[in-house]
Amino acid sequence: MTNVENPGIERPRMEADIVCVGFGPAAGGFLTTLSRAIMNEDGSAAIESPAAPGLPLQVLCYERADDLGFGVSGVVTRARGLRESFPDLGSEQIPMAAPVADEKILYLLDPVGASRRPALMRVADVAIRAAGGIFGVRDDSMELPWTPDFLDKHGGLVLSMGQFNQWVGQQVMGSGAAQIWPGSPVGEAIVEDGGVAGIRLVDQGVTKEGKPADGFLPGMEVRAALTVVADGPVGPIGRQLDRAFGIPEGHQAHDWALGMKFVVDLPESCELNPGTVLHTLGYPEPEIFGFFYVHPNRVASMGIFVPSWFDNPARTAYRYLQHWMLHPAIWRHVKGGRLRSWGAKTLQESGRRSEPRLVGNGYARIGEGSGSTNVLTNSGVDEAWTTGVMLAEGVLEILKNKQPFTAKNLDAAYVDRRRKSWVEKEGLVAGRARDGFQRGIIPGMIGMMVAGLTKGLVAMPGKPMPPHRRVPTLEEYYRGRITPEEIQAIRKESDASGTSVHAALMERAGWPAIPFDGELLVSHQDALLIGGKVQAPAGYADHVGFLYPSDCESCGSKICVGMCSGQAIYPGGDGRPAFDREKCVHCGACLWNCARGNPEDPGRGLIEFHAGAGGLHSAEN
Amino acid sequence: MPEYQIVVCGSVVPDPLQTLEPVSGPAGPALKNEMMLPAWLDPWAGHALYEAANLAAKNPGSKVWLVALGPKAKLQQSMMTLAQKVPFELVALDGSASGFTDAAETAAALAGAIQAIPGFDRSKLLVFGGWESASRGAGATMQIVGEILGITDQFQGVDGIEADGRLRILERIEGGRHQVSVCEAPPALLGWATGNLPEPRNNPQVGMANMRTIMPVLQKAKPAKIGAEGVTFHSVSLPKQSRDTKVVKDLPTEQIAAEIAGWITNK
Repeated sequence: MTNVENPGIERPRMEADIVCVGFGPAAGGFLTTLSRAIMNEDGSAAIESPAAPGLPLQVLCYERADDLGFGVSGVVTRARGLRESFPDLGSEQIPMAAPVADEKILYLLDPVGASRRPALMRVADVAIRAAGGIFGVRDDSMELPWTPDFLDKHGGLVLSMGQFNQWVGQQVMGSGAAQIWPGSPVGEAIVEDGGVAGIRLVDQGVTKEGKPADGFLPGMEVRAALTVVADGPVGPIGRQLDRAFGIPEGHQAHDWALGMKFVVDLPESCELNPGTVLHTLGYPEPEIFGFFYVHPNRVASMGIFVPSWFDNPARTAYRYLQHWMLHPAIWRHVKGGRLRSWGAKTLQESGRRSEPRLVGNGYARIGEGSGSTNVLTNSGVDEAWTTGVMLAEGVLEILKNKQPFTAKNLDAAYVDRRRKSWVEKEGLVAGRARDGFQRGIIPGMIGMMVAGLTKGLVAMPGKPMPPHRRVPTLEEYYRGRITPEEIQAIRKESDASGTSVHAALMERAGWPAIPFDGELLVSHQDALLIGGKVQAPAGYADHVGFLYPSDCESCGSKICVGMCSGQAIYPGGDGRPAFDREKCVHCGACLWNCARGNPEDPGRGLIEFHAGAGGLHSAEN
Repeated sequence: MPEYQIVVCGSVVPDPLQTLEPVSGPAGPALKNEMMLPAWLDPWAGHALYEAANLAAKNPGSKVWLVALGPKAKLQQSMMTLAQKVPFELVALDGSASGFTDAAETAAALAGAIQAIPGFDRSKLLVFGGWESASRGAGATMQIVGEILGITDQFQGVDGIEADGRLRILERIEGGRHQVSVCEAPPALLGWATGNLPEPRNNPQVGMANMRTIMPVLQKAKPAKIGAEGVTFHSVSLPKQSRDTKVVKDLPTEQIAAEIAGWITNK
């Protein structure tokens, strides 16, 4: 199943030289580097187009979101790769950017008593509270005395990825050397003769099932000698190529996380300076990590990461984010502030071990979907950017030598560069760093620290599993706290009201209700309106589908409903989940938050996730 | 079949979905984080552009220009979306699109750009624009453009046009009705309401064709002298918003309606 329905229909067709799928930091690095070399200063062609003789190289990039930088993420980065591309890069050039000024790690104690902490952690909490003066405990939190080198981002930048991507996009398009088209989801790669021959855009003017309707416009074929796949961690084209060509032996993409964040106008009383970076651990659940980045002009990006190895089958990140924000150590900075924007994004946390086949005949892969994210240093943007730069350098070499874009030539020109790069070296160090989390939070933290300090030589053992193989049932997760009968009653009530069981279960487990204030603490749906401005243009097919609805019907946890960032997946009333495209923020969490294995592909769940138009309308993320 | 020169005046505005907050800056009123907000073609002008493209398609030999005034970076950003919709040739003016400008200065810049279009022919000229604006609808800019160009046949609140040599124009009047006016020939100026056309699909081929001319035009966009020199803004505000959140379950529709009505009444 692809997102290009209606096979056999005659489609418009266009020829280009290079077509790029997705515009994020990886494509930004690729297009920035390429655009500087393919045109002369007088606007003439430095590299002539084989597809359109007489013209410069024809480079097209298709981005699914309605504009560049919509609905992405805030970030703190060492910016090594970025500074190599922009040696004079200053934070004043990019809106919302600030040099990292102060970086701290906070351990958050549990101020409400509802957090599911392991016994050892509870003992440690008691000791920390008892010796609070010695440990400098304040507002139920303790600042760690040092930041490990592998996490340290001093000298780097706090960025809004939305603003950064727009800044890069403007420069690339201003050069006239490449065109970046927003609002253009790519439905599938054209796989021919063991390679990739271009892409097809999704059909427009179709029903939600993808059938032709009023104003039907078949998705165009864009044929190109090279297809650059940069569609991120849950990108459908990357996954299509994985299915078509397989992934290297021993590689896997089982570890994921959902990053959910607010962009907040800080109150006048907040004393944090621009460039302040706070990392938190320990609360609201031990498995959930938090971040707080301060931008200029009293604006902050703040949020949490909910990993796939956090085994709550009703893990609604939004509710946890609110409890995290209400922790005294965070709340003292934001109380009186105002929600400006909101968003969510999936992160590929298997890193280097999820690396797919980086090249093949006619295609190359860059960015997070190519396994570049470093899960030890918590860094992905700089790495993704650098993979794009390396591919561009390789592509220019191939073009200069007038070679075809074969797997062999791309391997020599791109993969070889990548293998010699810092991205590769540091990715290998991070390889097993998080395996300990498969056994629990404490082995995970120890394993990460040991892996970081020994440069990856030693790590805590643990075998990553697909989320559906490790997630327990609701009854198992809440054993000893909520009876199966109560869970069933909550489940029935939620089915009847078309809502997730999550809020009711959390409150039954001791979490207090959220005191909505209409400014910062707002309902989930209000966040979509205030902060996210979610849009779903008409005439596109649903991009989320349930492959085996009868299996969904018998699923007791419906983790897809609980985890959905926009409440776009909801109980459909017939025991099956349903999808409302108008609420979807395209975070991709449903792709990996499924409690059932796909009978045809045990590594996958039962939800299909295509490229779709719309989503968040905010570039402040 | 008549051939028309259809010139659409349209500026970019912040995405109306965003939260807009007026602030006082060193150069006068501005929108908070204006350069960070996503920019779109003003929706009113968008309707005008789609109607212009439709009219041009029905009258072979006709051509559409879009005269757009806005910050160059924001024009570039919005053109990547707009260029996929309908064929047009861009005339770009680099200037503020905040809405805190004087309508006469804006109109003078637009009219000057129209007169400078190569092959400008008043006998074929139809000037389109929005009768309102999503940034700050002075309701005057298009009329002044018409005055400067010496166009006396002006229509505002237009919802439809038929052209077969003569122009038959549907203009909104009070009472939810349309007034039908017949104009013998161009030149004419039409300030569009919403029209009747859906937003066109994104067509990559249209986009590619448009971008061949749009990018060079953007690179050469001339600064437009507009602003509000000598104008003092005593105060700037947006309509006050009020938000209450209430989570309810199993509430009958009638009761929800009654609660909303009560909430509005009490506000």
